[in-house]
Amino acid sequence: MSQKLVERLRQEFGARILGEASEHGDESVTVARDDLPLVLAHLRDHEGCEQLSDVVGIDHPGRQERFEVVYLLRSLSRRHRIQVRVDVPEDEAVPSACGLYRSANWHEREVYDLFGVPFAGHPDLRRILCHHEFEGHALRKDYPIEQGQECTRPEKLFSDEDIAHAARRANEVSAQPGVVLDEVHPSDLLTVNLGPSHPAMHGALRAECLLDGETIIEARTEIGYIHRCFEKEAEDHTWAQVMPYTDRLNYCSAMLNNSIYAMAVEKLLGVEATPRAQAIRVIVSELSRIIDHLVCICANLVDIGALTNYWYLYNVRESIYQSLEKLCGSRLTTNYARIGGMSHDLYPGFDEEIKAKLQEMEQGISDVMKLVARNRIFLDRTVGVGAISTADALSWGYTGPCLRATGLAWDLRKEAPYSGYDQYEFDVPTGENGDTHDRIMVRMAEMIQSRRIILQALENLPSGPVDVDDARVILPPKAKVYGSIEGVMNQFKLIYEGIQVPAGRGYGFGEGANGELGFFCVSDGTGHPYRMKVRPPCFPIFSSYAELIEGGMVPDAIAILGSLNIIAGELDR
Amino acid sequence: MAVDLERPSNFITTRLRQAVNWGRKYSLWPLPFGVACCAIEFMSTVSSYNDISRFGAELVRFSPRQSDLMIIAGTISYKQAPILKTIYAQMAEPKWVIAMGVCASSGGFYNNYSTLQGADHVIPVDMYVAGCPPTPENLLYALTRIQERVEKEGFVPSAARHPDRVGA
Repeated sequence: MSQKLVERLRQEFGARILGEASEHGDESVTVARDDLPLVLAHLRDHEGCEQLSDVVGIDHPGRQERFEVVYLLRSLSRRHRIQVRVDVPEDEAVPSACGLYRSANWHEREVYDLFGVPFAGHPDLRRILCHHEFEGHALRKDYPIEQGQECTRPEKLFSDEDIAHAARRANEVSAQPGVVLDEVHPSDLLTVNLGPSHPAMHGALRAECLLDGETIIEARTEIGYIHRCFEKEAEDHTWAQVMPYTDRLNYCSAMLNNSIYAMAVEKLLGVEATPRAQAIRVIVSELSRIIDHLVCICANLVDIGALTNYWYLYNVRESIYQSLEKLCGSRLTTNYARIGGMSHDLYPGFDEEIKAKLQEMEQGISDVMKLVARNRIFLDRTVGVGAISTADALSWGYTGPCLRATGLAWDLRKEAPYSGYDQYEFDVPTGENGDTHDRIMVRMAEMIQSRRIILQALENLPSGPVDVDDARVILPPKAKVYGSIEGVMNQFKLIYEGIQVPAGRGYGFGEGANGELGFFCVSDGTGHPYRMKVRPPCFPIFSSYAELIEGGMVPDAIAILGSLNIIAGELDR
Repeated sequence: MAVDLERPSNFITTRLRQAVNWGRKYSLWPLPFGVACCAIEFMSTVSSYNDISRFGAELVRFSPRQSDLMIIAGTISYKQAPILKTIYAQMAEPKWVIAMGVCASSGGFYNNYSTLQGADHVIPVDMYVAGCPPTPENLLYALTRIQERVEKEGFVPSAARHPDRVGA
């Protein structure tokens, strides 16, 4: 299907397609900068590419056209993916895709922030991850990783002109025939700053709201408060050393990040994990998904005032943590997967323990459902609040439970099965209205499905080794290291020079707890990633937040935020 | 404090400062400055299994003006630093600060252009907790150490405890 898509593009655009490539199953075409909007519009309108998954910038110093910008597109209806690449010299602009995809806004801002590539026609081209006093562009190869820059004051998101403009707009909206309302004066509007350091804003998110009475008439969001430079750190480390950094992306479900990162690198290496490693990855990934959903739901319920549920759900989570600690020595930041396998096998008695804990989980969920499912306050606070349609959700780049809550049964575990997910029986729960209530309920149902998957995987756990038999990626056993010169050399090379991933690029992805988690890896064969771009599921979802909360009240904004499950570590990387 | 065990009565003899410090020790109101992974472990510390209320510090306040113990749980970036400073300034004396985890203590393994290399670059810190993230037990230990200091030192303003950091 994908092959045909490139052919069709060639037919449509002829010589305007400057090049095409196919690497590790990722199809891509290169076009001229000026043709980019045309090609993207064609892909969206005639090839069913509803979603712009990500925009990746790559720096090639020394090349005449120094920067490369890659647009990752996905069609959910026709199940294909394509990457569109453009090359751009320093200081020249790329036409913006904001008119075509709403998710382009933030993705392009990020490329502008970190690489300094301007986008012509972008409505709001500002920095996004680095602070507003930052100078230079951090992901350029010539920017030293340790060169920090101090920030003296937080940025103001609304200027006086913006407030006056919002007041004018509010008057236009209310100026309907037959309705007499007091005129809104700019001084009537109250600016309320939510976050970044408030637990209801999950620690590191900020939204500034203009209130007319109790209603939010305009909101602006700001992120980057916990930008920890995952991508720059990845370039500074070997492929294996990146693994602990992935733990801290979505720290509620570190195992999922570990497994998907390992898969992405394995894709470039042409290595496939052993059946046992795949099954273990499925088990720990689904446990992580359960933990992630538990935290999301319990925090969301606390934010809307339902404290008891927090204890019911958190106890289950604590109980699962104890097993994870037993498994890998750490509760949160697990660092369990390895490229080509796992750090070690499961411990004896793991399956019985997990089965008992899943039972506890089911009890916890049923306790909570009894408290909330028909609770009038809960329903009033969540039903119809922050609703989004499937078409809008796709344009904003939604994936995962938030997209499924709108009624679209899209799950990468079903649509592009990996790690043997096709062998397990499970359903994809969906909602109807895409509101806060549906997002919570979809997560509730997903935990039950995850339990089904874990039970099947434990039942049919294949025997055999957990690591692939490949000296290029797996450290030799200690007996060999201490007993033979080949073993010592192998260990030394792997530790000091790192796994030698062949030059090339690949996009490895999987279903994270919040949606499509992807790693766009570029290798130049030196043992370090040349470029590593994470596609965090939260990032496009949070870009829609300002629009979701406009027209509602501040307490609604808090309820909506909880249900979107924005994890700042993953959002800001 | 002294109680006469031979002739039990309703009186305890003590010094006022001692009684106040004893009370203050067991009623710390923490402000979680939770920004990253450590905030999740802080949640675990508050929850039933570890139960921070055993140490009298369960009344988590999100308003700095009501709290006397700041727990910096997570990585402080340069972008976050001015906010941390403001919030610390809004806390009333006496106040204490725990830097939870290596990011807040020293930047941890994030030695890069965006991460402040330790929260003590902007505000004075009283206790550093190792771990990435520290386990709840570890945080509780830090809390008890702070309690010991509260009992011993009493009402010593933060500026007096950190003379080198005046005006920080």
